[in-house]
Amino acid sequence: MVSPRTAAAIDRVHAATQRDGVLSISGIRKEFPGVLALDDVQLRIRPGTVHALMGENGAGKSTLMKIIAGVYQPDAGEIRLRGQVVALKSPLDALEQGISMIHQELALMNWMTVAENIWIRREPKNRFGLIDHAEMTRMTADLFARLNINLDPRAQVSELTVAQKQMVEIAKAVSHNSDVLIMDEPTSALTEREVDHLFAIIRDLRTRGIGIVYITHKMNELFEIADEFTVFRDGKYVGTHNASDVTRDDIIRMMVGREITNMFPKVDCPIGDTILEVRDLTLPGVFHDVSFTLRRGEILGLAGLVGSKRSNVAEALFGVHPADSGEILIDGKPVTIASPAQAMAHGMAFLTEDRKETGCFLTLDCLENIQSALITRSHVKNGFVQQAEVNRLAEDMARTLRVKTPNLQETVENLSGGNQQKLLIARWLLTKPRILILDEPTRGIDVGAKSEIHRLITELAAQGVAVLMISSELPEVLGMSDRIMVMHEGHVSGFLDRAEADQVKIMSLAAK
Amino acid sequence: MSSQDITARAAPRTQRKWPAEVNILLVLIGIALVFEILGWIFQGQSFLFSWNRLKIMILQVSVIGIIAVGVTQVIISGGIDLSSGSVVGAVAMVAMSFAQVSTYARAVYPALTDLPMIVPLLIGLGCGAVVGLINGWLIAYTKIPPFIATLGTMVTVRGFAKWYTKGQPISFPTEGFAWIGSGMMPVVIFILVALIFHVAMKYTRYGKFTYAIGANAQAARVSGIDVERHLVKVYVIAAMLAALAGMVVAARGQTAQAGMGLAYELDAIAMAVIGGVSLNGGRGSILGTAIGMIIFGVIISGFTFLRLDAYYQEMIKGAIVVAAVVADVHRQRKRRKTS
Repeated sequence: MVSPRTAAAIDRVHAATQRDGVLSISGIRKEFPGVLALDDVQLRIRPGTVHALMGENGAGKSTLMKIIAGVYQPDAGEIRLRGQVVALKSPLDALEQGISMIHQELALMNWMTVAENIWIRREPKNRFGLIDHAEMTRMTADLFARLNINLDPRAQVSELTVAQKQMVEIAKAVSHNSDVLIMDEPTSALTEREVDHLFAIIRDLRTRGIGIVYITHKMNELFEIADEFTVFRDGKYVGTHNASDVTRDDIIRMMVGREITNMFPKVDCPIGDTILEVRDLTLPGVFHDVSFTLRRGEILGLAGLVGSKRSNVAEALFGVHPADSGEILIDGKPVTIASPAQAMAHGMAFLTEDRKETGCFLTLDCLENIQSALITRSHVKNGFVQQAEVNRLAEDMARTLRVKTPNLQETVENLSGGNQQKLLIARWLLTKPRILILDEPTRGIDVGAKSEIHRLITELAAQGVAVLMISSELPEVLGMSDRIMVMHEGHVSGFLDRAEADQVKIMSLAAK
Repeated sequence: MSSQDITARAAPRTQRKWPAEVNILLVLIGIALVFEILGWIFQGQSFLFSWNRLKIMILQVSVIGIIAVGVTQVIISGGIDLSSGSVVGAVAMVAMSFAQVSTYARAVYPALTDLPMIVPLLIGLGCGAVVGLINGWLIAYTKIPPFIATLGTMVTVRGFAKWYTKGQPISFPTEGFAWIGSGMMPVVIFILVALIFHVAMKYTRYGKFTYAIGANAQAARVSGIDVERHLVKVYVIAAMLAALAGMVVAARGQTAQAGMGLAYELDAIAMAVIGGVSLNGGRGSILGTAIGMIIFGVIISGFTFLRLDAYYQEMIKGAIVVAAVVADVHRQRKRRKTS
């Protein structure tokens, strides 16, 4: 028996949970250097529901989830868990308060068993204070039976498939008796059958009263599993609706309904002959039958969501990870591109997506960064790099691109993202490319540098350079491109001309 | 955010920083001064103003300095080479066996005595190149971590050195061969090697590619650099320099033993690290390593001068290496925070 006072208190919490949801956040703001990732964002998760989060790449979904899971601390705003205001200081803190997150990239320890992974830090002990493996195996079996998971608790995690690892992660989350379970694109690596099993587990968790936050790009999943959904756009809250009240087009409109400003100084320039032709380029399991043409002076935009494998196509074209089959023709002649050096010999240049990972030499100075590609092909005499000459070229290019740094001997790690990006563009322009592949040329840089880079791309096109530009920002794709190619899960899902393209049409092709 | 904020962020300290080598030079001067003062206090004489002491000091470290030049470019490329000490031992044995005089009755190859000095020299460098090829191939193409790959060759090559004459030392070299280790020759060879690689690292593609790979191997690949092939070159050169050092040691002592060069690799790495070469790659210079080498020498001869036990030397040497690495890690962390 509980006392009337206790019962009343329980009722109060229960009522609050019903009204506010098990998790309710409001006014959340999060700023990273140079980017406002979340601005006055709200979200309410009711117990026993699946709540989908929708939005383009960079809308702020992942940042918000990391705040809820305690990875990031918000700059402002309130998080209420079961009606109480809480601070989530770390992932462990969030976990202990009842929030579990299943990360996109699974976080299991490969060389330990399934049971060890699930009960880590909470291992049952025998009377000698040592880990009781039999008990741990039994507990895991119980847990799996409850969740209808068919896995050996003693199996080593490294031997499991991705789907099985996902099951282990889910079981681990459930074992914490969490009230809120966050899943970040859990189906991205699963087959259809595995997805069905996952959904069965999710439905079961829902009946147990757990609130599930489900991040996805896939429309059909949204309608199949979600009860409610919330849309974000550019770090702002757009709206929350019942999944049964809306259509696919409504959601796409909510996701892309963005003003296109005139910050894209695209000028029409004459488009010349075909310079690059790609036929049925395939890298099994990654992308399939990618075909397109690119002409002199043309900017071909390449749009698609995360997982559309746009960057992999670019890497294949440049020989970083060559394709298995298909043809690449330059000036009408078939060519073999097995390495970046070969691609460069054909007049190609490739600005990679990730400045820090595959672009900058952070410990080296600006000049060295600008010159690295040039000196692989020329400007070496009698074994010595013609330093004076390449320095002059690099300085001129840095000036043309308005790189802001006190001097070009500055180490690149001390520069802002926009200036780093300009250095990388300078690197490639020095090689005088005829075909320029740009992967997210303006990601993570401030507005001023962004429009300068846009102006530059347009100028290059006007000089006859053929540009293939990958971008996750639809306004950028729409503003800059002569034509737009859209990819979806490793396939080209369509082409749009500048005149006919709009955000809804791109998203329809990208989200399928 | 206004455009003014942007320019403010893009323009860091306008003050020109002096090269990192200056700091290391200051450390060297500081340590030397400490020994000078301790010298007057405990020994009643100057530490620095003794030509003989300085000569012995520089001779002591030059041989390992030759190895350190090779190790420096390996570390700048983002790797490590633990096999150099074993290469010293093995190459000392092999080269010496082709450098013996005919008047010695028990030569290893009685038919191949009194050969011109160039023959054992080239054979020795060739042996070094083979070990380097194995190191480089393992690291670049099978993607084994450099630490493990060179640990393997370190043990194997030492085993080879012992097997070569079943543990017997090899002595009685020709005058020509002995010449490369005589007098101040080790120092001359070190200076030549250091100069050549100082220029190579700064003014040739070889050096620029090495820095680029160490700074960011992925970015280097996308820039059109054949990363794998270049790494093989780097390890081959490092092993050849260790081979050269091995021959200098053998020539100087006029004898070769399988155990020669034991733990030289660690001293060479220590010189580089003390000289400001970052174990994360992409940062450091031959000049820095040269200063690191002298710091190393000053500390050893300083302890001898103060008549401290050799045991203390070892312990302090270890502590200094750890301190240098801690300083490097600390610098990186500070940089990451400011950027």
